[in-house]
Amino acid sequence: MPWYTFEPSWEPLRELDQLRREMDRLWEQAFGFGPERWRRRAGVFPLLNISEDKDHVYVRAELAGVQPEDIDITLEDNRLILRGERKIPTEEKVVGYHRREREAGSFRRVVRLPERLDPARVEAVFKNGILTIMLAKPEEIKPKQITVKSA
Amino acid sequence: MTEKELQPKAKETAPVKSETTKPGRVFLPAVDIYETEEAIVVLADMPGVPPEKVTIDVKDSQLTISGEIAPPWGAQEQLLVQEYDVGNFFREFTLGQLVDQNRIEAAMKDGVLRLTLPKVEKAKPRKIEIKTA
Repeated sequence: MPWYTFEPSWEPLRELDQLRREMDRLWEQAFGFGPERWRRRAGVFPLLNISEDKDHVYVRAELAGVQPEDIDITLEDNRLILRGERKIPTEEKVVGYHRREREAGSFRRVVRLPERLDPARVEAVFKNGILTIMLAKPEEIKPKQITVKSA
Repeated sequence: MTEKELQPKAKETAPVKSETTKPGRVFLPAVDIYETEEAIVVLADMPGVPPEKVTIDVKDSQLTISGEIAPPWGAQEQLLVQEYDVGNFFREFTLGQLVDQNRIEAAMKDGVLRLTLPKVEKAKPRKIEIKTA
């Protein structure tokens, strides 16, 4: 039984997500560009990928160039709050810019968990610009192996 | 905190020139390019790419940057929600001026590539004195 969710149940969400991605691919094939441009402003930064294994749930975000000390993660009851700021230092000696595509700014994202988790069992790693928050699943929801005894 | 709030952006797919042998999508890294007196500096966002998986190639005036991502999640993990796409990075530029290929410097930190392309030193002006006989 999956336990991790944004809203009441994630199962339909996940199916929707897969469907959306499939539609996007078809769209791209048909028109040569993705429908992303209409979704640019949808959602909240940073976008998250969430996965699970037997013991943990992993929440990941792409935060290239963000300093680890500028990332703030809090677990409040059942809410995981991810806050921070991406700073792009102004370079000295610049004669002129050719391109400026990278953006600076602040962000705040809240993920609702279905139940209260132990903050002591949450770990975060920042590597190659990817933030991974690892949340240990409570014992009672871990899948259990039941051995069948022969009579 | 800065007044500006970051907005999520979908990664742009790199135009396909020739297909890669491995399946998977290829994205354009967002870049800042600026010039100093001595060099052209390129900053490219390539989250998930370890330093050893970055390839930079300068041929004539063609600059190619590519990065291969490390596995985005563990083999035992099952994906629940995917909001952002994962894939390798690739981008090409035509440099407007000559760079000194022997002095190109590259550094990769926290998913950001910093590339310094030193400009070729122009021949220094030389004053030629005309001798009077």
